[in-house]
Amino acid sequence: MPQMTLDDLRRLLIECAGETDDDSLSGDILDTDFTSLGYDSLAMLETAARITADYGVPVPDDRIPQLTTPRAVLDLVNAAASPSS
Amino acid sequence: MTQQREAVLVTGIGLIAPNGAGLEPYWAAVLEGRSGIGELTRFDAARYPVRLAGQIDAFDAAEHLPSRLLPQTDVSTRYALVAADWALADAKIGPDDFDDYEKGVVTANASGGFEFTHREFHKLWSQGPGAVSVYESYAWFYAVNTGQISLRNGLRGPGSALVAEQAGGLDALGHARRTVLRGTPMVVTGGVDSALDPWGWVAQISGGRLSTATDPSRAYLPFDAHARGYVPGEGGAILVVESAGAAARRGAPHVYGEIAGYATTFDPPPGSPRPPGLRRAAELALADAGMTPDDIDVVFADASGVPDLDRAEAEAVSGLFGPCGVPVTAPKTLTGRLYAGGGPVDVCAALLSFRDAVIPPTAGTTEVPEDYRIDLVRGAPRPGPVSSALVLARGKWGFNSAVVVRAVPAP
Repeated sequence: MPQMTLDDLRRLLIECAGETDDDSLSGDILDTDFTSLGYDSLAMLETAARITADYGVPVPDDRIPQLTTPRAVLDLVNAAASPSS
Repeated sequence: MTQQREAVLVTGIGLIAPNGAGLEPYWAAVLEGRSGIGELTRFDAARYPVRLAGQIDAFDAAEHLPSRLLPQTDVSTRYALVAADWALADAKIGPDDFDDYEKGVVTANASGGFEFTHREFHKLWSQGPGAVSVYESYAWFYAVNTGQISLRNGLRGPGSALVAEQAGGLDALGHARRTVLRGTPMVVTGGVDSALDPWGWVAQISGGRLSTATDPSRAYLPFDAHARGYVPGEGGAILVVESAGAAARRGAPHVYGEIAGYATTFDPPPGSPRPPGLRRAAELALADAGMTPDDIDVVFADASGVPDLDRAEAEAVSGLFGPCGVPVTAPKTLTGRLYAGGGPVDVCAALLSFRDAVIPPTAGTTEVPEDYRIDLVRGAPRPGPVSSALVLARGKWGFNSAVVVRAVPAP
């Protein structure tokens, strides 16, 4: 399975839930809360479904509330995708 | 003891119709007889028995709405959101004019988010349930326009959604007026519909009332001897209604008129010897407004275009007003029937007929059977002062609604 980069996640967020109006996604957002970027729980639910479809990484519904930042999402996806973990 | 009710005023309008996006473009088109009816191009309709629609072209939602809203909204909700934006801007209502809980929303919708749902169903059967958008959970739903307008504008007062096919749009205005009279000073209200994707299209065809004519100028001819059904369209109108007190306190820039009366009735079951309920709805709306048929300057007809229904409406109008006793018109001949959007658009046309002292004509219809005994305004706008209107709408399965609007004298 491919590794997911921050750019991949940005693209996925935009496809699933639209862009931010102030271009705030383009900055250093690794540790920024999704809520402060304007992505609500439904946006994360939709994004999680796409991560499962595109990366083959299951994201159980009860994990979604813990995925509060891009770093948390990338850690989850890339740990699952990496054979050593 | 009679209680003096406060007037409920229309102070803002956002309208989007097949022959004009925006109130003034629509009204100019209506007075010039410019039609929005043409070949359906939203998808390849060549194999369907009905191929004409009132389609909104040259409208890009992305120019009007934040990108964030696009993945979660059906085309009908995009129209509703933009119309609500326009209505609030027209009324010049800013975020500080009312407390959030003093602002309500009441909309009507007859078809829900057909196009969005069609796309998600396609994903469901081709890719499985995991591929279906989470936004489908509400994007399809009749209440979605009320919800999205509320969220976008911080309207946290009473929120309602009404579903009564074409009659629903007038029901929304009636309920918005009731909401104001119960103490919410400002309510955003109206109706918008769109179902011009293949699934929405077959659903409309299955209703059995669409015109199969292929000439756009001869397809929708309500009250004509050659009437053969209606052409469906998309769009509608969202209005800002306020109590007279609230409008005066904040210095509302326009007062288009008053929503003076409203009533709704339901038809008896098919085969019943009792008459249809349309006339009764009109009578009750007039009584609610404290008016008589003599006080009404024009009737905006439901104008089904289905001969039996045209005859029933003509009988209701000539019975109530006397033979040819009131001018009757149906500018919806230039847009097609807009379902929940139809009544609110007619109310807007009525309000502009007050402003400009002109009755817009019914396009297309030329030969009205003598025994209909109605004075249908045809061919060209009819000039003259207009200060009150009765707007009628019927919904399939027995809904009848009537709204009385009247001009408000300048202070």
